[in-house]
Amino acid sequence: MSEATSLDAPEATFLDSNEMVLNMGPQHPSTHGVLRVILKLDGETVRGTECVIGYLHRGVEKIAENRTYVQFAPYVDRMDYVAAVSNALGYCHAVETTAGVEIPERAQVVRVILAELNRIASHLLWLGTHALDIGAMTPVFYCFREREEVLKIFEKYCGARLTTHAFRIGGLQYETYGGFEKDCLAFCDWFLPKVDEYEELLTTNRIWVGRTKGIGILDADECKEYGVTGPVLRAAGVEWDLRRAQPYSGYENYEFDIPTCQNGDTYDRYLVRMAEMRQSARIIRQGVEKLAPGPIKGKVSKVLKPAVGETYTSIEAPKGELGYFVVSDGSVQPYRIRVRPPSFVNLQALDRMCRGSLVADVVAIIGTIDIVLGEVDR
Amino acid sequence: MADENKPSAEVPASNGNAGAKPPEGATSETGGSTPAAESAPKPAAASPDVSASKPAAGSAEKPAAKPPPKKKAPAVMEVSPWEGPLVDALKERFGGQVTEFLSYRDQDFLVAELSAAIPIIEYLKLEQDFDYLVDITAVDYPKREKRFEVIWILYSFAKNTRVRIKAHAADGESPATAVNAHLTADWLEREVFDMFGIAFEGHPNMKRILLPDEWQGHPLRKEYSIIQQDQDWVRENLHIESA
Repeated sequence: MSEATSLDAPEATFLDSNEMVLNMGPQHPSTHGVLRVILKLDGETVRGTECVIGYLHRGVEKIAENRTYVQFAPYVDRMDYVAAVSNALGYCHAVETTAGVEIPERAQVVRVILAELNRIASHLLWLGTHALDIGAMTPVFYCFREREEVLKIFEKYCGARLTTHAFRIGGLQYETYGGFEKDCLAFCDWFLPKVDEYEELLTTNRIWVGRTKGIGILDADECKEYGVTGPVLRAAGVEWDLRRAQPYSGYENYEFDIPTCQNGDTYDRYLVRMAEMRQSARIIRQGVEKLAPGPIKGKVSKVLKPAVGETYTSIEAPKGELGYFVVSDGSVQPYRIRVRPPSFVNLQALDRMCRGSLVADVVAIIGTIDIVLGEVDR
Repeated sequence: MADENKPSAEVPASNGNAGAKPPEGATSETGGSTPAAESAPKPAAASPDVSASKPAAGSAEKPAAKPPPKKKAPAVMEVSPWEGPLVDALKERFGGQVTEFLSYRDQDFLVAELSAAIPIIEYLKLEQDFDYLVDITAVDYPKREKRFEVIWILYSFAKNTRVRIKAHAADGESPATAVNAHLTADWLEREVFDMFGIAFEGHPNMKRILLPDEWQGHPLRKEYSIIQQDQDWVRENLHIESA
């Protein structure tokens, strides 16, 4: 902890130059929203950072206490708005666990398909903007082109593209549209070669490698110390994915690999996410095969009143462990809902990752954590 | 903390926790209840027992009909005891400082004295491989003698299990910080402080994290209304005259 507090007490540097404090954000294109980072610089070298967050704070947890379980469901989409389906899955899963609701097989499969599509969309947005931050202009156009196809499937399924409110407590609201399976398979077939194209653009690109290799290293122990999960943890060599470790929504029935790397730097996190997109496509294909006719909503009473109790359940969101701690007092409204957001926790490691690197790399490191400020601030 | 003395209508009746010490720093308690006298026969200090309402009965009541009329004895969390080698080890190590080992919906948690929480977290980390602090949060029960429940969620990569630690804290009481054991506690504790006003002792940087530093009040306390905000701060800093 002595390191974290040293922001206030600058240490004497070699040339005994004055340290400079530089404000980055909140209006800065590469902070992906309204994140303000106070940088303490010695020349070009970052000596420390401090994040100022909360610009998007809406009090989601307070709102939850004043809504019914059903009414609160659309709000969760607005936290990590580029992965709204994952948020909805996490929330529905949490309430269903608290209330002890069984989900029909078909609903579970559709949930997995949509959640994996959303993982691809989220990673694509990350890849495009991350590459843009570092100076590669091209990938963002490709990524948005492919992401568009995912959003089209969402739109056809539920009418919304971004904040989808795709799931309901107990299952699904809508049956899939005619041609859903075909669309999903066609997307996978079309998408996988595109991943190769991105890799061709970046993986061996000298500028890309130079800007990302060895930058923002966070090793496995540090990840655990900081509670960092998701691709950042896996890039540090920990083969841990909640879909495998504590399966939900039937993930135990799917075959997929957990991509890992060893160095825990920005380049490895890029490789992990690229591999994850391929794995997601693999899961979607299996999901389409499993899709059998059946009911799409379990038995949930119209007025949902979970028994008194409290549960913590979490899912593997595209950014890491997304947890919901639900306290029920037996009424229609949750007594308390705590959201454990991956972006918020992962962002905390920014300081460790930035120390000693150059100012220009801060942009790369913010990008590589993959944060969404709507989720950080809630 | 404008209406500190006005707890909201739907707070659950407290069942207190047997053997609770008198609140040390409870300055602003209105003393709505004296729960120690009526500590329930079932040791469910863990549960937010609500005033009446059949759980999950799902009758034809409309949501607007809340709060429901009092029909039955307060519902409590249907917990089962939590047993196993880990429990035995903790019992041996911490003895009476851990009051209960419980399990609900296959999720294990323990209720401990506030002062024992950090030693337990350190012990679990060093000797039981619980090396990932998932979350720190709190729940507010304004009518209880010790109004806050502080909750730590731990996970072990090696064992693939989660454990929740729960402790009761009175208003003004400061739990020790977990930062020395898990760096991730830094922001998590700041958020609890921001939202509930629970200051963690020994934290290197105990200030608000989501709300502005000068903000008055702690929004996730139950007496803080949903439409309430710090009007003075909004007027001064945003130049908005809100209703």
